[in-house]
Amino acid sequence: MIEETARDLNISRIREDFPILSREIRPGVPLIYLDSTATSQKPRQVIEAMDEYYRRSNANIHRGLHTLAEEATAAYESARERIARFIHARVARELVYTRNATEAINLIAYSWGRKFLQEGDLVILTEMEHHSNLVPWQMLAAEKNLRLEFIPVREDGLLDLETYQALLELRPKLVAFTQMSNVLGTINPAKELIRQAHQVGALTLVDGAQSVPHFPVDVQDLDVDFLAFSAHKMCGPTGIGILYGKEALLQEMPPFLGGGDMIRKVHLRSFTPNELPHKFEAGTPAIAEAVGFGVAVDYLAGIGLESIAVYEKELIAYAMERLEEIPGVTVFGPPAEQRGGVTAFAMKDIHPHDVAQILDTYGIAIRAGHHCAMPLHEKFKIQATSRASFYLYNQKEDVDRLVEAIYHVKHIFGA
Amino acid sequence: MDDLYREVIIDHYKNPTYRGELDPHDISFEDENPLCGDQIRIDIRLDEQGKVSEAAFSGHGCAISQASADLLLESIQGKSVDELKQLTKQDVLDLLGIELTPVRLKCALLSLKVLKAGVYGVNQATDSLVEE
Repeated sequence: MIEETARDLNISRIREDFPILSREIRPGVPLIYLDSTATSQKPRQVIEAMDEYYRRSNANIHRGLHTLAEEATAAYESARERIARFIHARVARELVYTRNATEAINLIAYSWGRKFLQEGDLVILTEMEHHSNLVPWQMLAAEKNLRLEFIPVREDGLLDLETYQALLELRPKLVAFTQMSNVLGTINPAKELIRQAHQVGALTLVDGAQSVPHFPVDVQDLDVDFLAFSAHKMCGPTGIGILYGKEALLQEMPPFLGGGDMIRKVHLRSFTPNELPHKFEAGTPAIAEAVGFGVAVDYLAGIGLESIAVYEKELIAYAMERLEEIPGVTVFGPPAEQRGGVTAFAMKDIHPHDVAQILDTYGIAIRAGHHCAMPLHEKFKIQATSRASFYLYNQKEDVDRLVEAIYHVKHIFGA
Repeated sequence: MDDLYREVIIDHYKNPTYRGELDPHDISFEDENPLCGDQIRIDIRLDEQGKVSEAAFSGHGCAISQASADLLLESIQGKSVDELKQLTKQDVLDLLGIELTPVRLKCALLSLKVLKAGVYGVNQATDSLVEE
């Protein structure tokens, strides 16, 4: 099955691009990295580009007139243009650099939300949101007395779209949801959710932290109003993310943070904001990280997001099949066809922390806990889960090693 | 690792001696480790001399947190409240007899934090309660 896509995707060549994959966790125990949903590993192309930037071109951007400043500015802005093409944005100025997806969502809440939402206004979220698309709205709701409603998650891990219809009749001002759950792996029907929200006059915000790295996301085709995502989950560095917003909306929004670079003119008692996207980028940004982000999207686009998505789907189908065969293991979420490369599972009478710790002795990196989605775990009446996630550099053998190690966990616990 | 999950820990996790709740009790406290959701409640009864006569824990969590709670309650039988106040992180580590990473240390120390918060009558089981 996987051999078939190997024609499109040369996995062993891809693996050679990621230096960390040749690391041994202890002598003779190679790393098996199954935690890309938390953060992806970085190809040498990204690492080298950032290194090269610091060695050759490092300078502060904008306004500098010397060669280095010009090179740094060009590299920073060229990365923005390539990321814009990656998500099919109309123009690069619709992309604001942020620290990460979380900051991008906070930016929307603070800037757009504070200006355009009034007491009693309704914001619709879902029960499967990461805390990053939950807490900013709770904070704003407390401040402005907003109403929050949630599209329920069904037993099978999919959104309850009938309840969504009913909620839309309450005339929400904003519908904000994740395109792919970081726990269940569920891929939500974003285009349809957005179309229906627009029909009742609501704006839409998509948390793309898990989707943009793993399958093609086209903001114009989705017609999404705001999209947030992070570089570090898509082969890029930590410390940088993107807020995409339709230009007309970003124009109407007040600045988020004040400081240098976000202004056109400053007097002692007043300022005029800079034009897009700089209006939202106060202070010296993460320049080397932008350079790395640009190379990361080049890298992913070079391989092809379609191929990556197909390959991950095959991997996750195989992983779920193998995991479900193990007595005492419960896999949460929808079938492989409706999910990305993530699987959360529980082992009967064995806590996920113990699972993760024992797997680590076999060099296997998974995540254990509530994965920043406590309400979702409450819903499924579990304290925590173990989560294995896959990316383009994982292989079928990784799944086999995971399954073997889970049998060792069972053995240690006499289960 | 074989050390971390040595038999005594698995045994205390699977067959705890002090699991349960005491009602009425003289001291009771409950808290959780927000990192992983491990939760522990400890109930204590004192005799006329103010020494621990009965102790029980309830809650849920990983093998390390639950086993350390059982071992801790075993060790405090007959101790005075003043002696409970003197308990340190090292006492729990000695009971477990294993090396722990910083993350797992939080699991191991949850029961001691809960115990000391109850003994001191504070409203939260903070790290400062178990610092040396």
